[in-house]
Amino acid sequence: MKSKKWLFFVILIITTPLLATTIEVCSDCQIKTIKAALSVAKPNDIIKVKKGVYKETNLIIDKSLTIIGENQPTIDGQLKGDIFKIKSDKVVIKGFNIINVGKDFANSNTAIRVQKSNNFEISYNRFENILFAVYIEKSSYGKIINNKIFGNAKTEINSGNGIHLWDSKHILITNNYIEKMRDGIYLEFASNCEVVNNFSTKNVRYGLHFMFSNDNSYLKNKFLSNGAGVAVMFSKRIKMMNNQFLKNWGTASYGLLLKEINDAEIKHNIFEENTIAINVEGSNRIDYENNNFTRNGWALKVRGACYNNVFKKNNFLYNSFDVSWNSKMNDNLFEHNYWSEYSGYDLDKNGVGDVPYRPVKLFSYIVNKTPETIILLRSLFINLVDFSEKVTPVFTPDFLIDNQPQMKPIL
Amino acid sequence: MITFHDVKKDFGKLEVLKKINLQIKEGGIFAILGPNGSGKTTLIKSMLGMVIPQSGAIKIHHQNILKHWKYRENIDYLPQIANFPSNLKVIELINMIKDIRNGNCRDQELIQLFRITPFLDKKLGHLSGGTKQRVNLVLAFMFDSPLIILDEPTSGLDPVALITLKELIIKKKAAGKTIIITSHIMSFVEEISDEIVFILDGNIYFQGTISALKHQTKQDHFEYAIASILKENYV
Amino acid sequence: MFKILKYSFYDLIRSRWSFIYLMFYFLLGVVLLFLNNNLSNAIVTLLNVVTVLVPLIGTIFGVMYYYDSKEFTELLLAQPIKRSNIFLGQYFGVAISLSISLIVGLGLPFIYYGLFISDKIFEFLTLIIVGTFLTFIFTAISFFIAISFENKIKGFGIAILVWLLLAVIYDGIFLISLIYFEQYPLDVFSLGAVMLNPIDLARTLMLLKLDISALLGYTGAVFKKFFGTNFGVILSYLILIFWTIIPILGIVWKSNKKDF
Repeated sequence: MKSKKWLFFVILIITTPLLATTIEVCSDCQIKTIKAALSVAKPNDIIKVKKGVYKETNLIIDKSLTIIGENQPTIDGQLKGDIFKIKSDKVVIKGFNIINVGKDFANSNTAIRVQKSNNFEISYNRFENILFAVYIEKSSYGKIINNKIFGNAKTEINSGNGIHLWDSKHILITNNYIEKMRDGIYLEFASNCEVVNNFSTKNVRYGLHFMFSNDNSYLKNKFLSNGAGVAVMFSKRIKMMNNQFLKNWGTASYGLLLKEINDAEIKHNIFEENTIAINVEGSNRIDYENNNFTRNGWALKVRGACYNNVFKKNNFLYNSFDVSWNSKMNDNLFEHNYWSEYSGYDLDKNGVGDVPYRPVKLFSYIVNKTPETIILLRSLFINLVDFSEKVTPVFTPDFLIDNQPQMKPIL
Repeated sequence: MITFHDVKKDFGKLEVLKKINLQIKEGGIFAILGPNGSGKTTLIKSMLGMVIPQSGAIKIHHQNILKHWKYRENIDYLPQIANFPSNLKVIELINMIKDIRNGNCRDQELIQLFRITPFLDKKLGHLSGGTKQRVNLVLAFMFDSPLIILDEPTSGLDPVALITLKELIIKKKAAGKTIIITSHIMSFVEEISDEIVFILDGNIYFQGTISALKHQTKQDHFEYAIASILKENYV
Repeated sequence: MFKILKYSFYDLIRSRWSFIYLMFYFLLGVVLLFLNNNLSNAIVTLLNVVTVLVPLIGTIFGVMYYYDSKEFTELLLAQPIKRSNIFLGQYFGVAISLSISLIVGLGLPFIYYGLFISDKIFEFLTLIIVGTFLTFIFTAISFFIAISFENKIKGFGIAILVWLLLAVIYDGIFLISLIYFEQYPLDVFSLGAVMLNPIDLARTLMLLKLDISALLGYTGAVFKKFFGTNFGVILSYLILIFWTIIPILGIVWKSNKKDF
């Protein structure tokens, strides 16, 4: 009896796809437009769109369908508003070249909009001349994979985001390339999402942006030359690991901005040549471990009340300022970091310097108070001032100290 | 012909030349004498344009020399202190001065005369004072200019070189050159000079031949004659 | 002038000190590059060396050369050469030989390290150009001071004092006035103050190349315009040229008036 039931399920699984029909769309086919295909298709059907240019807009998908572009056909929205709108579960859109979405900012015109859908997949598409590329609302268990998004945003005000999530859960965003949008990837009220291995660059605002989004993680992404690399705001339990924050270089620009963040993990990231590598405001219980801060203006800039953060085993290499701390110490801990400016010795040869390191320089404190003084950076006088402060600290916080500075960089 | 007309020079409060009027005619050997600090060297240097007088005019061949430099092509000068760039070799220094002056040049002859040949490839920093002075003399006499100015030419010279120098000066005189010398060595001055100029505290006290000086001071010895001028002024 | 320059230069280039100076830069370059093995760190360290040591060495060499060659200068003064040409020739002889020590001493290890295949080439070039400017400026200032003071010890002391003033004290006063007047807009003042000190100017030019144009842009619109565009770089170089010409004119002016 039990085995019969099992057999029944196997047959069901094998035969289900056979029930689905494949509809072909091309200029010589019986069905010439995607819109026509959508209207004739039954749930679980497959629509195959052959190579060609399809001038279509406002394609509403209200049943579970797999829509595949063969040899990357182009859908030209002629600047007339949205192109795809997914309103059903289990929809796949794959392999299209989607161009010329409308510029109506009030309706946030989008190439592929997903509303209240589960188990969708958007993959291998290429987007160009769009306001928003992918806009997910109230959806879950979706995958956004291997898309390439090319924006031409110039200002924040009249541009949209590459991948925009709102009130969604369990979305996987991976292997996408996004450039010149407002935010490369934006998550608002999103949870349990994973952002993995994306490359987000030249976006006018942020490469990746979290607002009010808890329990997400982003791993192995690369953020290069954005207005700012990543902004994480008002969110809890975010994992940030193995990412690269590179060359977010400009007036008041940073690699990573943390604002009102609690219980996050920031590990094994690389911060290189950012004006400010990490800018922290009012964030608590964050573990910063094994990160590399190389040649940034400021490696860490901390303002506002920050409690119980741990900075451990990080490498601070050749930053203009390692730490600027504009707050009380509040049980924050620095230990076992490597500081390239550390000049102490290690007599007992245990790899840990025998003299503690104070990462806040007097000059960093002066620059905080009077920003124009930065023009004196690296002058002999400033070096002398910093040196004498190092010998007898008067102004810099004496609680901000790494008692176990490493002698060699942490690998 | 060299003329000084009301030439005045002071260094701060110190008046070194007080309205000097002087004429030195062409041809012959003129010695400028005076105690230390009397203004001898300043007088010479103002002829060379190294010291710029506050007022007055210096003319050489009827041309005012102030702010000019070309006229120095016709002057050979031996400075008092022979100090040269220590990393140059002797031959390089000689070639350098030749290079600067572009004049027709008798350096080979003078190198022989002053026995410089063994030192030609030595660096100037490694030479003794006497050898340096010999190099100095070679440089000064190299160009056969009509006016030759020698500031203490005898200092540091060995007897052989001293004789060579005397012969050379006499030869130059015979060739019709004008030679102006300062020296402390009275016997040397007496031996070679035709006319002397005695300068004291910035004033010229005497100009004329040595015999005229002797006659004026009623002294038989040159040194006594000089001493008597000094006495007259200090007593 | 070129004849004097040629001989001063030959004299100096063979002196022990030029060689020591060259070897110092060579060893510094080797140590920074091959023991530390980090090009951008090496350039930052060299920035400190160039803005402090190059002016000091230029000052010391200039004063020393002037006083050491005084008697020889008198010999030259009796030659048919224009006065100012003697001093300009000697000045350029010193400045060029010092610059060559700097360029060759640092250049060799960097070229051997593989500078030309690195993206740091422009930072290195800026370092060398700025260092050469500082050599010329400070040698000229020290020559001017040496010509102005007959007393060797006095001249030496004043030259060192000028170096100390420009290298350290100036920035101290600058910093204090920035902090004191912090409630006023300060960017125009700061830029002006930077322009008035060749060491600060050189340092700023290096910073612009090195890292901090964005860091400097952080403070206001005037800074941003100045440091964010080529305008600041061009203006800075123009003023460096101006800074070189002024003391050279001073040498000419002083030398025409001086008694020897």
